[in-house]
Amino acid sequence: MTDNLAYLRETFLQPAPPPGGDSTVLGWLKRNLFASVKDSVISIIALLVVVWFLINVVDFLFIEAVWTGTNRLACATVAQGGTLPDTWHGACWAYVNAWFTQFMVGSYPRDQLWRPITVAILFVATLTPLLIPKVPRKGLNAILLLIVLPIVSAVLLLGGVFGLPFVETSFWGGLMVTLILSFIGIAVSLPIGILLALGRRSKMPIVKMACVTFIELVRGVPLITVLFMASVLLPLFLTPGTNIDKFVRALVGVSIFAAAYMAEVIRGGLQAIPKGQYEGADSLGLSYFQKMTFVILPQAIKLVIPGIVNTFIGMFKDTSLVSIINMYDLLGIVKASFGDATWLTPVTPLTGLIFAGFIFWLFCFGMSRYSAFMERHLDTGHKR
Amino acid sequence: MVTSTDVRDDGGRSATSLLYNPVLRQIIYQVLTCAFIAWLIWYAASNVAENLARANMTAGFGFLTGRAGFDIAQSAIPYSSDSPFTRALLVGFINTIIIAVCGIITATIIGLLVGIGRLSSNWLIAKLCTVYVEVFRNIPPLLVIFFWYKGVLSLLPDVRQSLSLPLSVYVSNRGIFMPAPVFGERFWLIPAALVVGIIISLIYRAMARKKQMATGKASPILLVSLALIIGLPVLTFIALGTPITFDPPVLGKFNMRGGTVVGPEFLSLYMALSFYTAAFIAEIVRAGIKGVSKGQSEAAAALGIRPGLTTRLIILPQALRIIIPPLTSQYLNLTKNSSLAVAIGFADLVAVGGTILNQSGHSIEIIAIWMGVYVTISLATSLFMNWFNTKMALVER
Repeated sequence: MTDNLAYLRETFLQPAPPPGGDSTVLGWLKRNLFASVKDSVISIIALLVVVWFLINVVDFLFIEAVWTGTNRLACATVAQGGTLPDTWHGACWAYVNAWFTQFMVGSYPRDQLWRPITVAILFVATLTPLLIPKVPRKGLNAILLLIVLPIVSAVLLLGGVFGLPFVETSFWGGLMVTLILSFIGIAVSLPIGILLALGRRSKMPIVKMACVTFIELVRGVPLITVLFMASVLLPLFLTPGTNIDKFVRALVGVSIFAAAYMAEVIRGGLQAIPKGQYEGADSLGLSYFQKMTFVILPQAIKLVIPGIVNTFIGMFKDTSLVSIINMYDLLGIVKASFGDATWLTPVTPLTGLIFAGFIFWLFCFGMSRYSAFMERHLDTGHKR
Repeated sequence: MVTSTDVRDDGGRSATSLLYNPVLRQIIYQVLTCAFIAWLIWYAASNVAENLARANMTAGFGFLTGRAGFDIAQSAIPYSSDSPFTRALLVGFINTIIIAVCGIITATIIGLLVGIGRLSSNWLIAKLCTVYVEVFRNIPPLLVIFFWYKGVLSLLPDVRQSLSLPLSVYVSNRGIFMPAPVFGERFWLIPAALVVGIIISLIYRAMARKKQMATGKASPILLVSLALIIGLPVLTFIALGTPITFDPPVLGKFNMRGGTVVGPEFLSLYMALSFYTAAFIAEIVRAGIKGVSKGQSEAAAALGIRPGLTTRLIILPQALRIIIPPLTSQYLNLTKNSSLAVAIGFADLVAVGGTILNQSGHSIEIIAIWMGVYVTISLATSLFMNWFNTKMALVER
């Protein structure tokens, strides 16, 4: 029977190896970097630029950088009156080291440093469980973080009671001020923003108009003008003789600004809630405030958590503007340190700004990652 | 027999129904709001009046006609310290517009490149663009400005050791010195030629469209328009015998003489705003391109439309609909962020206003002017956006 067949394979074929190394390093390189001639040229040029850039950055930040020293001579070349060779070009970390406490808490009395440290620990301890979705009792946690913690922190940082020495806000500075300003800004702006957003969506023309005017006016102007208003005009608006703290003025400015942006974020959430939810609450006979607090707002706020975090990132970056109205937040104090004669070298500003930039970046990047995580986490419940 | 419910019905009806009457309630709430706002204004106004009286000052914009008495380093219009305050504010406003326009153009170009780069199939390019976006998005713009101003530009050599580039351009820590153009007599004919070129090409385009609708034949619109818009001014330029000369900067004993200079304040503000805003624009562009569903390009390919035409006629118009609204708000943000100029002393509207505020003490008026100008710019932009959105809105079934 086999004789009738023209061809018969009698040996078993071995399986062929997988095509052209799809999963190997070479295959990956070919697909992602050298897919065509044009691609290869671009890749090689980009690679050269990256390598050149990295070599210079690593050289500046680490290899040539000066890590120890007590004054500018450690970070200056011979031509600038120091000891380093003229070709030297590196970061001056010794200066950051010397100014580190200033950068963190400003001129806060050095024997009272445990107070900001305690506040920082309490802050982390109340914030962390709120950020982890699985930890229960979010409501209690939020009350602790947004109401109890600010009071405790104010008592601890200001002092004047319970035998704590009084520390004026003019001694505050650095990262501490940046964090306090942005945190209180968000804590105050959230409730005001909710009220403004509800007002903007209300059917009462005068209330609506007042809210729209406020929101659009504040959103239409730069923060710096609002800060100038708070620092220059606020004393004029109050009863003659009232003296308000410079810190409080900046806080008012930042809060007004943040509230307007927050209102728009919340409004986005309110608009995204299906009409059936409003109608359902109405048909159950709930009053306006019951409808909002029990049905609409919990859903709306949950929807816009990423937006709130993004507003917070913006606020955190924007607090750096208070340095223009002569307050010493992180950027303000870094800028002030450039005038320090002990560390006056050409690389000092660059080093200080890189340090401040890194801190800002760390916070903002962390928050934006968290916002992205929450977006994915919350997404599941609202897919239709 | 009278039941208890009846009693309550009869006795309390008028009061309860009044209390629960939605119309009446709304009126009460609004009257309360009005009263609160009125009280707030009255409280502030009376305090301002008293505070001003104590400081022996009067409110009003009259002081604006007084002599400014300070110099402005970079001014696009003639200005001296003898000019009135209004002139100084105008200089500041023009500088704000100049920095905003320059920044917007550069930020759009960088943002477009980076945004498209993030979608590139080339792994290295995509990652580089991601790093760019994540670095600049998460740093305060003010810090970026200081970075350029204090960290980079101040490290450039002194004027007398300026780096000399071709075409008599000198770079030093006092800015970039360039030859100043000196316009000849009939130079105005060149912009006129440009306008004529644009008008003719618009007419040509309308005619070409009509022809395509009628006969289905496409005309080379782009080529003809380019030839008209670029060619006409160039031809005029040559025909007039190059009516423009350059005055190059010359190194004097202490400073450069002649030429024109772009100061380090402008440069650092311009670069910082461009790089910072570009990161946001890149994200908007990426979202816009990704927002056009893949079926659109596949359908175009199935109809046999060439890839270039697919991008131009199908992908881009739909992506632009997603891109333009957030893009405008970024442009507005850039304009508002240009007020950070005050931190490094570039004479924009806020910086000039701040100087006047310190000099004259008229804080209310100055802050009112600031807010008025910025709010007008914002409102004008949002009016344009509303018009644009209605024009571009998808016509749905």
